[in-house]
Amino acid sequence: MIKNILNLGDAALYCDFGNEVDQKTNIKVIKYFENIKKQNIYGINNLTPSYNKLIISFDLNVLNFTELKKKIEDIKISESDVKQNQKTIKIPTCCDDEFALDIERLSLKLNLTKKEILEKYFKKEYFCYMTGFIAGMPFLGDIDKKIRFQRLETPRVKVPKGAVGITEQFTNIYTFESPGGWNILGRTPIKIFDQLSEKQPTLINPGDKVLFYEINKKEYLKLNENK
Amino acid sequence: MKINKIKILREGINSTFQDLGRSNFYHIGLPFSGAMDKRNYLIANKLVGNKNNEAVIEFAYQGPLIKIEGGNINFAISGDINFNIKKNGKLINGDCYKTYFLSKNDEIDIISTNNSVYGYFAVSGGFELKKNFGSFSTTVRASVGANNGNKISKNQNFFINDFGDNYINKSLKYINSKIEYIRILKGTNFNYFFEQSIKDLISKEFIVSKLSDRMGMRLKGPIIKNLKETNIRSEGLTKGVIQVPADGNPIIMLSDHGTIGGYPKIGAVISADYDRLAQTPSRKKIKFKLIELKEAEKLYKLYQMETENLLNQI
Repeated sequence: MIKNILNLGDAALYCDFGNEVDQKTNIKVIKYFENIKKQNIYGINNLTPSYNKLIISFDLNVLNFTELKKKIEDIKISESDVKQNQKTIKIPTCCDDEFALDIERLSLKLNLTKKEILEKYFKKEYFCYMTGFIAGMPFLGDIDKKIRFQRLETPRVKVPKGAVGITEQFTNIYTFESPGGWNILGRTPIKIFDQLSEKQPTLINPGDKVLFYEINKKEYLKLNENK
Repeated sequence: MKINKIKILREGINSTFQDLGRSNFYHIGLPFSGAMDKRNYLIANKLVGNKNNEAVIEFAYQGPLIKIEGGNINFAISGDINFNIKKNGKLINGDCYKTYFLSKNDEIDIISTNNSVYGYFAVSGGFELKKNFGSFSTTVRASVGANNGNKISKNQNFFINDFGDNYINKSLKYINSKIEYIRILKGTNFNYFFEQSIKDLISKEFIVSKLSDRMGMRLKGPIIKNLKETNIRSEGLTKGVIQVPADGNPIIMLSDHGTIGGYPKIGAVISADYDRLAQTPSRKKIKFKLIELKEAEKLYKLYQMETENLLNQI
């Protein structure tokens, strides 16, 4: 199922699953990730699954590219192993004007009312392709074709913690205050990454389903864990 | 029972606790972190008789001003650092790569790094800290690691584990090596760029921008022009990867890098040159040399052997 394996620097394998960005390809990546993780291969020090790639970083004192490539090529995962997780996580989101930083602009650009944008956004259940960039940030998709829009031309220096954003076919949640260029639709009061819970620090994991639902400001303040 | 304790009178710049870093959390967005200059980190720990994964204080350009608040400490500083020690009220110039024994009310003033970025302050016994995700290394951006994931700040007190109060007298003769080139391998999007830009990358000089930090090193130089696409689908990154965003100015991923990125990868710095890359200060020039994977692997073995030799001399 891996189409090609290249080296990324001298201490990582770049496993390419093709150019497609869809759930089918991504589930294959996740299955490989889970399988390799379970095998606990000595010398591998990190696995980074993304939409259609898997990066395997290793300790150059223990392994080299050729040896590890052989090991990975020998892994057989059948198509039938590829099934989806069934877990659905519900994320409350407040879209009051003070939190929906980009909805005004999106409304003009997409030629939809704010209400229409939010209706389309909250209607769909999303799939978690990957987590990362910053700790625990989920990359979810796919959003309704009518509300897709490119990222900001000049990214914000600071996007607040808890911000819910969209870009192209994807939606995400900023787990920490961070620079970022996604179009912000609202904010969740829920903590998505908990550094004190080491066994399960991430609320949303690759393969999970995510459903956003709208809450008002009062409910937001009551639930707020991101103070 | 005697309590060994230090107080931070001035925090210095980007002072954090670091060890060898944290494995196996890229998939949830936690970078490797750890000491930027691994060789100097290992030397500092060895000089004070610690095991090789004890937390030390890493600082950039300027280190902390530290006062011994109680008990005694054995410490060593590695890197190319200018520092003073106030012992029994007397001021002396400190030497890197040498252990010192200090007592209550003595002070260490880590003034600056010389023509380099990072320095390391290690104490015998190590600091009394809590690990987070299996490591002491602080990743400020994710609030993860020792000191609740924060930089060290003024007026903080830190306790030092009991080390038996034995004065360890160790030193090492070592001059940090400089290399003419930072050696790189082709990146996975090498063919996204104009031939002229590839030539520029490996023949012209780049200047390290002052916007560089533990996350990444931004470079200014000839514009690296993209002929295909300035964005790719976001995918995993590793330490040393050189990304080129739409503006054509390369960014090299360093220890606290974002785990996922969407810019084309023109190259990757080899592991053997990573310490020296990280030590290149802002406004300095760097030049790249393109090599093959087999050579990079050999150079890493050599780097590893040199490091072992140095550690064995202590």
